[in-house]
Amino acid sequence: MEPLAIYQRIKERFGDRVLEISETRPDPFCVIDPAAIVEVTRAMRDDGELAMDCLSNESGVDYKDRIEVVYHLFSYRLRHGAVLKVKLPRDNPVVDTLEEVWKSANWMEREIFDLLGVTFEGHSDLRRILMPEDWVGHPLRKDFVEPLEYHGISTVRESPIIRLDTKKK
Amino acid sequence: MSLLNTLPDYVLTTKTDELLNWMRKSSVWYMLFGLACCAIELMHTGGPRADIDRFGASPRASARQSDLMIVAGTLTLKMALRTRLLYDQMPEPRYVISMGSCASCGGLFQLAYSVCDGVDKIVPVDVYVPGCPPRPEALTEGLLKLQEKMMTERWLSRGNRNGEQVTAA
Repeated sequence: MEPLAIYQRIKERFGDRVLEISETRPDPFCVIDPAAIVEVTRAMRDDGELAMDCLSNESGVDYKDRIEVVYHLFSYRLRHGAVLKVKLPRDNPVVDTLEEVWKSANWMEREIFDLLGVTFEGHSDLRRILMPEDWVGHPLRKDFVEPLEYHGISTVRESPIIRLDTKKK
Repeated sequence: MSLLNTLPDYVLTTKTDELLNWMRKSSVWYMLFGLACCAIELMHTGGPRADIDRFGASPRASARQSDLMIVAGTLTLKMALRTRLLYDQMPEPRYVISMGSCASCGGLFQLAYSVCDGVDKIVPVDVYVPGCPPRPEALTEGLLKLQEKMMTERWLSRGNRNGEQVTAA
């Protein structure tokens, strides 16, 4: 099934819980109400016509005015995929975890929590996964400022490589 | 006719310092410590083609049995604290080879928020091996350089281990 047909199908079923369908090429996506994401994804997994049996990627993006969490779904049985997004406020990004729908969401949500600071409601083990446990801040946020030192280790470069993008700043 | 020439043929003479250094440099046991892609070259160096075992170097799985730490790969800030811990666990005399650009200065990743720019911010380094990654021949050369350095050490004479006189405090 084509992505747009998939989005039409969930739009018929969930109505205004599907906020927006974007036809951008090559990857059309649809935006879901954050409160309904578990309901929608579980329906897409259990629907025999969609059979989304794999959460192939879950990631986060900081757009400066909002944070988006992006879900890439795939069906191995029917060989089609879909992209869902939820838009969250930047000051307090909270969304329900998909751990109960796909177990693989566990580590991917920990990574988004670690790097972007999105809190996943109901997550079984929401700890940092890449950065040290005592790290302060979320590095992929646009306003993240790198600390000058970490446990006495200086992060200042004595002779840094030449930045190619200095003209932009 | 000196006293040495009166000895029978099966008696060899040397200096005690040189004998100790020769024994020490002929059995440099390095710790298994691969952090990134350089570890692949480190494995090649220990393998049959480059065969660093010819020079007496063989891998040990424990820091407490090792003489040499070959820092092979990108050192993250999270790993930096563990690296210091492992170095402290090694018995003296201990040596460090910084293998590749990343371990020496952060390399390609030095502008990243999570990377420690050089293992010499954590532990003292004896030999830097350049390359990205260095070929097994380069690492072998690094070990030979380290052995040269080990042969210059003076353990029994008064002074520090490099033979320099230490003034009494």
